[in-house]
Amino acid sequence: MKYTYFPGCSSDSTSRDMHASTLAVCKALGIELVEPEGWTCCGATAGHQTDRVLAASLPAANLVKVQDMGTDMVANCAACYNRMKTANHEVANYPDIRAKVADAIGRDYDGSVKVRHFIDILMQDVGLDTIRESLKRSLNGLKVACYYGCLLVRPFEVTGFDDPENPTCLEKLVETMGGEGLEWPNKLECCGGALSLTRTEVVVKLSDKVLEMAKAAGADCIATSCPMCQVNLDLRQQDIEKQLGKRHGMPIIYITQLLGLCLGSSAEELGLSKLMVSADDITKKITA
Amino acid sequence: MAIVVKKSERDSEISHLIEEMSGVDLGVCFQCKKCTSGCPVAELVSSPPAEIMRRLHLGAGEELLDSEIVWMCLSCETCTGRCPMGVDIAKVMDALRALSIERGKAKQKGNMHLFNKAFLKTVQVFGRTYEMAMITAYKLGTGKFMGDVEKFPKMLMKGKISLLPSLKGDRKTVRRIFKKTKRAKGGAK
Repeated sequence: MKYTYFPGCSSDSTSRDMHASTLAVCKALGIELVEPEGWTCCGATAGHQTDRVLAASLPAANLVKVQDMGTDMVANCAACYNRMKTANHEVANYPDIRAKVADAIGRDYDGSVKVRHFIDILMQDVGLDTIRESLKRSLNGLKVACYYGCLLVRPFEVTGFDDPENPTCLEKLVETMGGEGLEWPNKLECCGGALSLTRTEVVVKLSDKVLEMAKAAGADCIATSCPMCQVNLDLRQQDIEKQLGKRHGMPIIYITQLLGLCLGSSAEELGLSKLMVSADDITKKITA
Repeated sequence: MAIVVKKSERDSEISHLIEEMSGVDLGVCFQCKKCTSGCPVAELVSSPPAEIMRRLHLGAGEELLDSEIVWMCLSCETCTGRCPMGVDIAKVMDALRALSIERGKAKQKGNMHLFNKAFLKTVQVFGRTYEMAMITAYKLGTGKFMGDVEKFPKMLMKGKISLLPSLKGDRKTVRRIFKKTKRAKGGAK
């Protein structure tokens, strides 16, 4: 299996560990990834909060590169995924936006490049059976609160990812790995990531709600696939402790890190040491 | 609760402008308030999303651009996802933000607009995000240096922040995009 992979800017910084674990999972499952040459930023939240044409043009500049390669695009960062999908939706449905995007990027783009999320590749193309057969280790009953956040599933009309109100693909992956995918009500509730640096007090409140509920559900850790959710929930636990006096000590792990461990990669290779809240106990439980 | 709106001649065009900028038909909202029910910041602002929609119906003016939610909205799109009439409320928020920038009203607590500008500036220069420069520019702009500073050494050590920008992106195209989108906006005024 070969795909064009869009790593996104944070693969070089805050989500270096997600990037590393994605590559490790692909290696173990025989998936080949190729990066589009000279890929650039999707604009993220800052783009669409500033200007609609800019927000569609920045992803489109990358989508045409992938179009020239004649393949689909695979993204693992939830924000990149969402912005690519939204740009496709914008140029396909609004002729005036399409014309302005064409002027901005220097060529016409019709929104036809298929954009897929890495989890979707795992679920649809690889399949749970193949994953099960490739496992070298088990999660050993690890209780995992799967956290989807906002950008993977919303709006459904644009992303078409799983179920917009009750997605279950991450739980299925966890169960396949021998863990327990917990039922909990906050898997889609926003952690506040977009305001992380600007209104930290708001983020402390919202992230605390997510962490508190995961704890109440009996979670050993939260598994996510979004770099913004991961860094926010991981980093802000020390602010929650300072401002609200609550110590959660909840490891926030990428689903690809859990999968990588079960496929036989080392904790080091998967960047597990990069987490702020230590996941050492969990790593030991799986690799023991 | 009764909603009172201020109107003026210049104001009356705001709802039309928002419709034009967002492509959303504001009229189909029937005030079920499902957007407000699911909004993570509704309880923290004086006018939650459904009230913003109603204020637009009633012809509210520039006061809308000062509304807290305009820059507190997290773009989580729960409102859009749940609207029974398919109103893309998140896009209405984007349009309100764009208008507030245009009219010099984007100066709320936390200065999200400055953060976005700092973010996009690094993209414009380097083709990809460069967090070090973005955070420095934002902190210089707000004058609040201390927040989160204690986390920096650990993040640097763990490689969660890069010292140097990546220069591998196609900067030429990105610069063209910024130039063109800026010019288009200038022409519309």
